[in-house]
Amino acid sequence: MAYVPIADQDHELHDPHSFVTKYIWSQDHKVIAIQYGGTAIFVGLVALVLSALMRLQLGFPDTFSLIDPSAYYQAVTMHGMIMVVYLLTALFLGGFGNYLIPLMCGTRDMVFPFLNMLSFWVYLLSVLILLSSFFVTGGPTGAGWTLYPPQTITPGTPGHDTGILLMLISLGVFIIAFTMGGLNYVTTVLQARARGLTMMRLPLSVWGILVATILGLFAFPALLVSAIMMTFDLTLGTSFFMPAIMAAGDQLDYNGGSPILFQHLFWFFGHPEVYIVALPAFGLVSDVLSTHARKNIFGYRMMVWAIIAIGGLSFIVWAHHMYVSGMNPYFGFFFATTTLIIAVPTAMKVYNWVLTLWEGDIRLNTPMLFAIGFVFTFVHGGLTGLFLGNVVIDLPLSDTYFVVAHFHMVMGVSPVLVLFASLYHWYPKVTGRMMNETLGKLHFWCTFLGTYAIYLPMHYLGFLGVPRRYYALGSTDFIPESAQALNANITIAAIFVGVAQILFFINVFWSLRHGKPAGNNPWGATTLEWQTPDTPPKHGNWGPELPVVHRWAYDYSVPGYPQDFIPQNVAGDFGVSDDHGHAEPKA
Amino acid sequence: MSDTAATNITESRSGMAGLVDDWTSDKQTYHVPWGKAMMWIFLVSDTFIFTCFLVGYMTVRTSTAEPWPVPAEVFALSFFGSDPIPLILIAIMTFILITSSGTMALAVNYGYRKDKRMTAILMMVTAAFGASFVGMQAFEWTKLITEGVRPWGNPWGAPQFGSVFFMVTGFHGLHVTAGVIYLSIVARKVIKGHYDKKGFEIVEITGLYWHFVDLVWVFIFAFFYLW
Repeated sequence: MAYVPIADQDHELHDPHSFVTKYIWSQDHKVIAIQYGGTAIFVGLVALVLSALMRLQLGFPDTFSLIDPSAYYQAVTMHGMIMVVYLLTALFLGGFGNYLIPLMCGTRDMVFPFLNMLSFWVYLLSVLILLSSFFVTGGPTGAGWTLYPPQTITPGTPGHDTGILLMLISLGVFIIAFTMGGLNYVTTVLQARARGLTMMRLPLSVWGILVATILGLFAFPALLVSAIMMTFDLTLGTSFFMPAIMAAGDQLDYNGGSPILFQHLFWFFGHPEVYIVALPAFGLVSDVLSTHARKNIFGYRMMVWAIIAIGGLSFIVWAHHMYVSGMNPYFGFFFATTTLIIAVPTAMKVYNWVLTLWEGDIRLNTPMLFAIGFVFTFVHGGLTGLFLGNVVIDLPLSDTYFVVAHFHMVMGVSPVLVLFASLYHWYPKVTGRMMNETLGKLHFWCTFLGTYAIYLPMHYLGFLGVPRRYYALGSTDFIPESAQALNANITIAAIFVGVAQILFFINVFWSLRHGKPAGNNPWGATTLEWQTPDTPPKHGNWGPELPVVHRWAYDYSVPGYPQDFIPQNVAGDFGVSDDHGHAEPKA
Repeated sequence: MSDTAATNITESRSGMAGLVDDWTSDKQTYHVPWGKAMMWIFLVSDTFIFTCFLVGYMTVRTSTAEPWPVPAEVFALSFFGSDPIPLILIAIMTFILITSSGTMALAVNYGYRKDKRMTAILMMVTAAFGASFVGMQAFEWTKLITEGVRPWGNPWGAPQFGSVFFMVTGFHGLHVTAGVIYLSIVARKVIKGHYDKKGFEIVEITGLYWHFVDLVWVFIFAFFYLW
């Protein structure tokens, strides 16, 4: 009997009929993606407000009395955790992963739609548990987003009883949600691609999301285990992470645990987490750059291997977060080496983005502006990473604003710029309407220049030795008065950037009704999601016939072809001789 | 940019080239059902969970200041007034769990022969072995608790002994319990003819999970009870 790939066998399509099955308990990956995205952006806004509160305190310590020191620590903690896990991870993988994987792979849906639906609802539950900690006695935990023991659960830390427990439970629930979604994404990409769509013809977006999801499936277990152990330390009185310790004059009932163990487990999750956020961004930005430069992505194969190499390396660099933790100093040598090696594939990617732009027919529309902005911020954030990856340079800079500036540039601003690029780029597919270009460009320049106004001065504060996570600087010998003036400027810039995001939301809601109708393929893009029979795609995506893929994802400006792009599902050999960067498996 | 809809690889190459062919082939990377691919990926992820648990256990065991209780003495049972036999209960539990892997493998075999009755019987036997394993674990927990072992301390030494014991065996016990429920549901569906059209891969997928749970136990046995 001839082997029929499972994607080609008959499947029942459960067409939803009622409003509830269509938009609420929906198993359609597109609806789930929007649910994920909406929820993630909502919690992201909560975190944005928290950062505004922190900045007002730091910039004008004597003017505003909005938050006390405890509330400041709680804001720091919740801002960090929400932004990294509940916004960026959920929006890139749950949002864009869900929306783009089935469309870019030419399938009707994820392989297990029910599990996919469950993934969103469990994610929503984790968000609700997290937000509920704002309303319990003692408030949310104020231990910093890294939740280092022992101070996480010793008395004196805000939220050391209920807040931290809710945080740990919420993380556990989030990991369950992520696992259900992540298994779906990986299986769909590996097992259910359209006919002719080999792995080496996949758009880089799918590659980035695929490798990031695999990282998540292997890294989140470490966070789950550390959350379970810490929950036991907190509730049952075990001593996994807690040494014998005095707190507030009392000897606590702990004995013999290892706080460093928590740091190892946390960063075994935490470092891959950086790339769980970054790799989808790398992938999405590659597609946006290539589409709007009307050129094939430079060095496609190299880009794929770089994504895989970065993913692999990200598991053996975690202790570069721990140079000052008191671990064996010899570790520093190993982890500094592996950390600096990551710069090689990363630099390859940056060169390839720039070379993709080289002599391209660049269209400077909003998504392209955000994508090019990303290349700038990512180079800046990446370069300071080289400083911090070296033990000797890291030691004096550790826990200063230099670190804050570094990680905000490289995994805050950069992925967020890609998020905006992608939202502007795929909005026409999701809604069928274009977003307003004028508002979009205004939004870009406010955000891009504004973030530089925030984070460039922070590098300088870090060199001065201004410590991070401090409620107020007070008077010290080594920090000059002028640091406070800089802090005030940063706050003004931060408030400006925060307010500027209103432009984006106005644009989203205004364009929903009044945007120009987009048609199926407004950007002239090659990838499959732009070739659907309907925009927005209907349930099942493709009408009666699944697409057949004949070429890679980057046939832009092919000489001899009437238009400047050839969609992946167009057959025919157009006499193109060159083949660099082009991935045709030779059997 | 040749016009090949599919890369039709007619002969399979060996070694690295064959690996690349498989990975870059059309549509499917592995020629297995979706559920089976997903189960494999899940199990790799779950491996990381148990690895973290065991690495955490080894770290606290070496970092704690007090002596570690001797498992051979703690986990010893005496029958009818005999001398205590070290690890006898654990040995029986391990034997039962490994036997259940055998019955599971037989169930998979009968499944592919479409022998629904034998498949369901063997799956239920597997589930029964699993349930008895969990039962003996409950007995072991009860015994240790009556002897004064708690998550926060025990009469013989390092308090982490109890913490790790309850956490690791508890987490593994939850996996076995989930497996028993999973096996029972699938066995019932097999008998009802739910898979007559779809095929019996689900039996093998269930089996993958079950063998994984057994394999994890071997590591827990080696690292916790024998060390």
